[in-house]
Amino acid sequence: MSPHLGWNPARDASQLLTYHFMLNALCAGTIVAVMAGVIGWWMVLRRQSFVGHTLAVVGFPGASGAVWLGLSATWGYFGFCVAAATVIAGLPGRPAMGGFSEESSVIGTVQALALASGFLFASLYGGFLNGTTALLFGSFLGVTNGQVWALLAVAVAALGALVAIGRPLLFASVDPYVAEARGVPVRALSFAFVILLGLAAAEASQITGTLLVFALLVMPAAAAQQLTVRLARSLWLSVVIAVLVTWLGLGVAYFSKYPAGFYITTFGFAAYLLAAASRMIAARSGRWGNVMPRTAASLPTAASRP
Amino acid sequence: MSEAMTSSSEALGAAVAVRAEGASVILGGRMLWSAVDLAVPTGSFVAVLGPNGVGKSTLVRALLGSIPLRTGRLTVLGRPPGAASHEIGYLPQRRSFEPGLRVRGIDIVRLGLDGDRWGMPLMGSSRVSRRARAAAERVAEVIELVGASSYARRPIGGLSGGEQQRLLIAQALVRRPRLMLLDEPLDSLDLPNQGAIAALLARISREHQVTVMMVAHDVNPILPYLDRVVYLAGGSAVEGSPREVITGATLSRLYSAAIEVLETSDGRLVVVGEPEAPHHHSARHDGQ
Repeated sequence: MSPHLGWNPARDASQLLTYHFMLNALCAGTIVAVMAGVIGWWMVLRRQSFVGHTLAVVGFPGASGAVWLGLSATWGYFGFCVAAATVIAGLPGRPAMGGFSEESSVIGTVQALALASGFLFASLYGGFLNGTTALLFGSFLGVTNGQVWALLAVAVAALGALVAIGRPLLFASVDPYVAEARGVPVRALSFAFVILLGLAAAEASQITGTLLVFALLVMPAAAAQQLTVRLARSLWLSVVIAVLVTWLGLGVAYFSKYPAGFYITTFGFAAYLLAAASRMIAARSGRWGNVMPRTAASLPTAASRP
Repeated sequence: MSEAMTSSSEALGAAVAVRAEGASVILGGRMLWSAVDLAVPTGSFVAVLGPNGVGKSTLVRALLGSIPLRTGRLTVLGRPPGAASHEIGYLPQRRSFEPGLRVRGIDIVRLGLDGDRWGMPLMGSSRVSRRARAAAERVAEVIELVGASSYARRPIGGLSGGEQQRLLIAQALVRRPRLMLLDEPLDSLDLPNQGAIAALLARISREHQVTVMMVAHDVNPILPYLDRVVYLAGGSAVEGSPREVITGATLSRLYSAAIEVLETSDGRLVVVGEPEAPHHHSARHDGQ
């Protein structure tokens, strides 16, 4: 039976959940979306998107190398991303946010090498080109139970750590000099965040692929920060957008012959466009452009600032 | 030279918030200043003046305890530097916030209150927790005090330099410090804003008994509000009232060079003949 999209949502949903692989894909997608929505929000706030992208790219040789050696791609992603995060976090840079701009040529060099060696490992494995495509552009087929549990464990640990350091990390991100004077360990927090970002990049790569991680790491957070300047509200909004985009992307991909990575990215882009447009409309009707647009106020976030 | 100044401030009978005795600092192998004696009375509004590169910011950082003294002693609020940091509101030399930063002024002020505490506030805690409510009230109060209520809920990146500076002063004030150390808070502000911020700081120091020490580049916009000045030059410092310190005689002694202080008809002071970076310092008032 091939899945067929009809007009009955209940029947469509039961079709979606018929197969165990699809259930696993939705579970994994949800876990990854929550993690990427939260950590991506911090990454956008800290202007560290370039670091996030580099970490994801380094995951590619990790995953293809692991597959070549007969291991699970999951461990390749996590191992390489965390190792690269440790190296990048240790690079000397300003303690202020976005402190890696000076090393941009170094990071660019490393990205090129990472992609090339990932391609080599994939070729060594036997020229399994479909596998390479899946690693680069995402695939939701064949997510195992073990993989879901690994994603969940890492996400819970990372988000727990983030909750523990949240407030001083915010201080260090937006106002590093005053934070340092107040005794906030700015450098240590920056280090810890890059490690968390490595974990998030490794998780997101497993759904969207190495090259499309920004669909979950950047797009929901950027859209949320367009919609509201209230911190807690935009953080929750980022998670909600990431989860919705992932569900929609996976659901549509299930009924279509085109890949999930494309749909997730397209829905993320649409969310960003809508958010930017509503901010522009609000800027025109209001006096300043930071007025909360009505569309965002009616979203089911129930968020409020303490 | 500084003995006379020290005794005059002690004669006021007020407690001393910041005291330096024979203090010297070496930075990058160079003796920045030495034999510095200060006695800043509690509750006074003090400007730290002097040419570029003379070590004004270094003095502030030494008071914070982040730069060690080579010789001598510093006492800040009756304790060694660094021991009283929870009672000090510090405003570093500032770069403004990035224009695209989507964080509200009120959140920046709030970080000054509890941004160094671990954890993360959860949704709606202000409705259930008395402490969170008290914190929100304190933030609103201090924003009102600096006159920033009308724009505190806008993203700070889009505010003007003067508006950002008021919010940063609120941030430094939010924990009710007894001493405020401000490093060039008037830098990059236009003249009316420089006067307005100085008036605000003078009012805070008077009404709330906060000692305010502010590094400044140009004394004229703030002259009417100052209680005292610390003039750093020639490797040492003089402290006293503005009229005592900014005179040809005192500055000539400090620089060991002939310095003239001219007073314009509207009461502005022009220092002529400073050996280090004289143009940068006096060009601003010449141009007006």
